Amino acid sequence: MGLTLAEKILSEHADREVRAGEIVVAKVDLVYTQDGTGPLTIRKIEEMGLKNVYHPKKTFFFLDHAAPSPRFELSNDHSFLRDFAERTGSQISDVGNGISHQVVAEMEVRPGDVVIGADSHTCTGGALGAFATGVGSTDAAVAIALGKIWLRVPETIRVVVEGELPIGVYGKDIILHLIGKIGAAGATYKALEFTGDAIQHLGMAGRMTIANMAVEAGAKVGLFFSDEVTRNWLIQMERPQDFKSLSPDPDAVYEKTMVIHSKELKPTIACPHQVDHIKTIGEMGNIKVHQVYLGTSCNGRLEDFQIAAKILKGKRIHPQTRMIVTPGSRRVYLEALKDGTMETLIEFGAMAMPPGCGACVGLHEGVLGDGEVCLATQPRNFKGRMGSPKSFIYLGSPAVAAATAIEGKIADPRKYL
Amino acid sequence: MKGRVWRFGDAISTDHIIPGRYFYLRSNLPELSKHILEYERPGFFELVSAGDFIVAGHNFGLGSSREHAAIVIKMNGIQAVLAKSFARIFYRNSFNNGLPAIICDTERFMEGDIIELSIEGGQIVNHTQNETIHFTPFPPVMKKILNDGGLVEHVKKYKDLKLV
Repeated sequence: MGLTLAEKILSEHADREVRAGEIVVAKVDLVYTQDGTGPLTIRKIEEMGLKNVYHPKKTFFFLDHAAPSPRFELSNDHSFLRDFAERTGSQISDVGNGISHQVVAEMEVRPGDVVIGADSHTCTGGALGAFATGVGSTDAAVAIALGKIWLRVPETIRVVVEGELPIGVYGKDIILHLIGKIGAAGATYKALEFTGDAIQHLGMAGRMTIANMAVEAGAKVGLFFSDEVTRNWLIQMERPQDFKSLSPDPDAVYEKTMVIHSKELKPTIACPHQVDHIKTIGEMGNIKVHQVYLGTSCNGRLEDFQIAAKILKGKRIHPQTRMIVTPGSRRVYLEALKDGTMETLIEFGAMAMPPGCGACVGLHEGVLGDGEVCLATQPRNFKGRMGSPKSFIYLGSPAVAAATAIEGKIADPRKYL
Repeated sequence: MKGRVWRFGDAISTDHIIPGRYFYLRSNLPELSKHILEYERPGFFELVSAGDFIVAGHNFGLGSSREHAAIVIKMNGIQAVLAKSFARIFYRNSFNNGLPAIICDTERFMEGDIIELSIEGGQIVNHTQNETIHFTPFPPVMKKILNDGGLVEHVKKYKDLKLV
């Protein structure tokens, strides 16, 4: 009997062949926290009576949620994180560099790695074929100080996306559709493994969108094969030596297999206040939108901005709608500036924020008021997430975001393509 | 020890438990803990007493990895959280902080019921409803973490991770 991707990677990191259901202590290749979870992580390390960082070059403290800081309390947290990183020789990614998951995908994550992050969307790294999973601060503290973590080897749900994606349908629509089918707890404690010709042809940006939202179905990881798309990404990121090919064994054992037929997919929306309140664009009715938000760890990449820019070019934003754009990283920001994408977005009427988690955290850079409606490309729409508990968040693709900004209501992008 | 039931529904996220807009209080846990579940139950911080129980439906603790969610529940004196199911990261965070997360059929628990938890016996006695409910035993690794008083205490004791 063969091994799934999750079993393969964890076997390699536990120095024995392991199967779903077993508990392993795995070596950690890369560990990171962000400014919301990092201070507690450091305090936990101190409480454990540990002083050293196991692998300082592979330990990152990201300042991305409150970046730059809107409050002195958070500035103090930032200083605390910078001081610890300096003292231990570990890495700080300071405000303006971008979102942890995007930056590590650009610089650090390798196919076959075990990546631990004190942020639920760490699973984004699954797009590169890494067993990347989110944990709390205490587990991150152990990974930082001891270089290991205990994990239960997950059962795997294989998701086969067949056929060619219709025009106006993207990675975001695939993952929203899947979450609608299985629910927000449909993959709890499990691994998702994505395959099929639609996935093979999906670029790294689309794969990262899907992997990012694996946790919104409850999954531990959302894994992709490491293939030519992965190789090209690593070449583009100037680290071709990090590539290795990775796929599950042909006779691997899955808990179940789900098949999604691409031709049946439409632009898809998650409605307030749960990620699994899914509708297709045709079922939406007339939903007036005050704020459109393009960015985040889910859809803050150059390809996402290019999709939006193509739709928006030469048009003007709806007078009763505002649009905020937040690049996922400094690299994305620079690329979008150089190729004219950002110019198109700003000319249209959008405003750009510094790279980071931006408005998705409900802290700054686009906080929603009572009764306000936002269409966002972020991964999550819980009540009050972006500000007032009386506001409403709908989730959709960058194309839906663009069409919505033009019309001032949730709109079908296909007529602009 | 007996305690009172506070009843919540399905899909209580970590944003419900401690909203993201209090991000700036995360290094001030006593202040942060005052905002526990305030969107779902305004004034919950004032209402809850030491030894009480949070009882919920499916997928308790979904969303963000913020361990502060488990910590504010523990700080408010909640003895244990009972739910039909838990989200993965919250489940780990809960045990790591010595807060039992108990998977059981919570359907018939009502707000205000007085219940008594026996972890060793694997049961919950509902004194109000005159009913005893048995719960799924903890996975051995969780039991070990809980017995050690949480993961910090475990690591302090062994200077290592000694769970398998």
